[in-house]
Amino acid sequence: MSELRRQVVTGEPRTVHGAAGLPGLRTQGEIDEQTTLGAAYVRSLMRSQLRAGIAAFVVLAVPVAVLPLFFGALRNGPVEWLVLGFGCYPFLVLIAWWYVRRAERNERDFADLVRGRTPEHGPQ
Amino acid sequence: MNEAYAIPAVAVVVLATVLIGGFGLRISRTTSDFYVASRTVGPRLNAAAISGEYLSAASFLGVAGLLLVHGPDMLWYPVGYTAGYLVLLVFVAAPLRRSGAYTLPDFAEGRLESREVRRVVSMFVVGAGWLYLVPQLQGAGLTLQILTGAPRWFGGALVAAVVILAVAAGGMRSITFVQAFQYWLKLTALLVPAFFLVLAWHGDGGSPPTFPSTDLPSAGVGAGQPLATSRADHPLYATYGLIVATFLGTMGLPHVVVRFYTSPNGRAARRTTVVVLALVGVFYLLPPLYGWLGRIYAPELTAAQDADATVLLLPGRMVDGVAGDLLGALVAGGAFAAFLSTASGLTMAVAGVVSQDVLPARGVRHFRLGVLLAMAVPLGGALLVDGVPVADAVGMAFAVSASSFCPLLVLGIWWRRLTPPGALAGLFLGGGSALLAVTLTVSGAATSGWLHTLLAWPAVWSVPVGFLAMILVSLATPDAIPTHTTATMTRLHLPETLWSGSLRPPGLQGRGELRDQPYTTRTHDEAQGPTARREHK
Repeated sequence: MSELRRQVVTGEPRTVHGAAGLPGLRTQGEIDEQTTLGAAYVRSLMRSQLRAGIAAFVVLAVPVAVLPLFFGALRNGPVEWLVLGFGCYPFLVLIAWWYVRRAERNERDFADLVRGRTPEHGPQ
Repeated sequence: MNEAYAIPAVAVVVLATVLIGGFGLRISRTTSDFYVASRTVGPRLNAAAISGEYLSAASFLGVAGLLLVHGPDMLWYPVGYTAGYLVLLVFVAAPLRRSGAYTLPDFAEGRLESREVRRVVSMFVVGAGWLYLVPQLQGAGLTLQILTGAPRWFGGALVAAVVILAVAAGGMRSITFVQAFQYWLKLTALLVPAFFLVLAWHGDGGSPPTFPSTDLPSAGVGAGQPLATSRADHPLYATYGLIVATFLGTMGLPHVVVRFYTSPNGRAARRTTVVVLALVGVFYLLPPLYGWLGRIYAPELTAAQDADATVLLLPGRMVDGVAGDLLGALVAGGAFAAFLSTASGLTMAVAGVVSQDVLPARGVRHFRLGVLLAMAVPLGGALLVDGVPVADAVGMAFAVSASSFCPLLVLGIWWRRLTPPGALAGLFLGGGSALLAVTLTVSGAATSGWLHTLLAWPAVWSVPVGFLAMILVSLATPDAIPTHTTATMTRLHLPETLWSGSLRPPGLQGRGELRDQPYTTRTHDEAQGPTARREHK
C-alpha cells in the first residue's frame, strides 16, 4: 500500500509546475528531482503565510494582554464597558480584513512564481 | 411574562425550523449533501449559518446574566467568543478546509497517519460536544419554565426532539438553511426590543447604572456560586483564564470546525470567517446592552438563580401593556432559536463522529442512528445534573477545546515535526487535565482559594501544558514523523488553483464520497491508473 501511495505523491511537483496531463514527461528521475524543488516552494509559501498569521495574532494579543491590567488599575466601569462592549469589534474585523488581503496576496505571488518558472505550460 | 404571546412565538420558531429542515430534506439527496452540503455553500450563506450556529444560549441569555451579576469584566466573554474566530482565521481556516477532511478525527488521522490519534481525538470531540450540549438543553428548560411554567425537563426534551427531526431528516444541507435563518431571527429578536428598551430608559431619565468595583456578594447564585466566589478571590487571574479559553478554544469546537468543510475552497473559508466576525460582532453589541439595563431595572435577579432570565424578563418590566408582552414573545422566540441552532450544529458534529468512528457502516441510515445517540446522552445529562449556569458550563467546554484541539490544529498545520506520540501526549496532558479540572469544579471538590480558582479557570496553565507536551514528546520521537508529512503539508497550504488530480496526499484520502474534491476531475484520477483508484478503497 505504501508503495502505491508513494507513486501518487510523486506526481505532485508536476502540478506545481503546471504540467499536469502530459504523461510522457513522467520519468521517475524527473519526478524525484521536482519533488524536492516543489517542497522547497511550499516551505517558502508556508513561511510567508505563518508570518502574516503571527503578525495578525501579535496585533491582537498585545492589547488583549494589557487591557485587563489597565482596567484593573483604572476601576472605571463605563470606560471598560465602552471599550469592550463597542470599540473592540471594528478593530477585530479590521485585523481580519488585513490578514485576508495579505494571505491572498501571498498565494497570488506564489502562483505567479510557480507558473513563471515554466511559462510554456501556462496556468491550468 | 404573558404566556398567551410567548407560547405562539416559541411554537412559530419550532415550526419554522422543522419546515425549513423539511425543505432541505427534499433537496438533500446524497451522502455528501448530508455531511457537507456537497461543499457548495457560498461565503454569505455559510457565514450566516456559522454565526447562527455559534450564538448559543450562552450568548443570547448567559452574557447578560453574567454582566448583571459580575459587572463589566464579563464583557471579555463576548469579546473572546468573537476574537476566537480571528485566531481561527489566521492560523487554521484555509489549511483546515484544504485538508479535505470532514471532522477533527479525519484531520488528525490524515495529518498524523495514525488510527490511535484518530480514536483519541474522536473521544475528545464527542466529550466536548456533549459538554456543550447539556447547557443548551438546560437553558431551554429554564426558558420554557419561566415563560409557561412547564416543568424543567420539558424544554430540553422539546429541543432534543426538534433537533433530531431536523438533523436526521435533512443533514447538513437542511441545517445550513435553518442556521442562516436563525442568525437573522436571533439578531432581530434582540435588536427590536433593544430599540424600545433604550427609548424607555431614555424616557425614565437615562441615568447610567452603578458598577461596584468588586463583585456583588454572591447571594446564592445557584450552582454558579463556586465560580462566583472564585472570581471574587482572584478576578484578574479569572479574566485571563477566560480570555485564553475563548480566544484559543473556538477553533476546536466540533460544530465550528465541521462548518469549514462546507466551504467550496480555502479562500472561501477565509472570506467566510471575516463575514462571520462581522456578523458575530454586530450581534454581541446587544447582550451587553441588556446587562446594562438589567442592572437598573432588574437588580434583584442577581440574588436569585435566574440571572440567565434577565433578557427574557426585561421587556415586560420596562414596556407596559401589550407592547411589552409582544417584545417579550419576540425575545422568547429568539432564545429558542439559539437553543435549536447550536444544539443542531453540535448534534450534527457529534453524530458525524459517532457514525464514522463508532457505528460499523456509513450511509444515511447510520447517520440517523448516530443523531439519536448524539442527542440521547446529553439529554440524559441535562435531566440528571441540574443548575450549572449556562455561560459557565460553556466556558468549560471552551477550556477543554483550547487545551486539546488548539495545539493539535496549530502544530499540525504549521509544524512538520509533530509526531503521533507527541499529539497523544498533548491531548492527554493538556486536554485531559483541563477535563479533569472542569470535572472537579463541577463536582465541588474545592470551593475556595487558589486551588479552586486554578481548577475553575484551567486554560491559563492547561494550554501551555498541551503545547509543551506535544512539542517535547514530538522532538523526543523523531522516528515517528509520518511518512507523508511533506505531501500533506503541501496540500494544506497550496492554493486550490494550483491543484490537480495528482496532488492528493494519500494520508488525507479516504472514504471516497466524503472527501469529494471539487477541484480535481475524474480524468486526473484515471490518468493515475489503477493504483490511484485503489487509494479510494
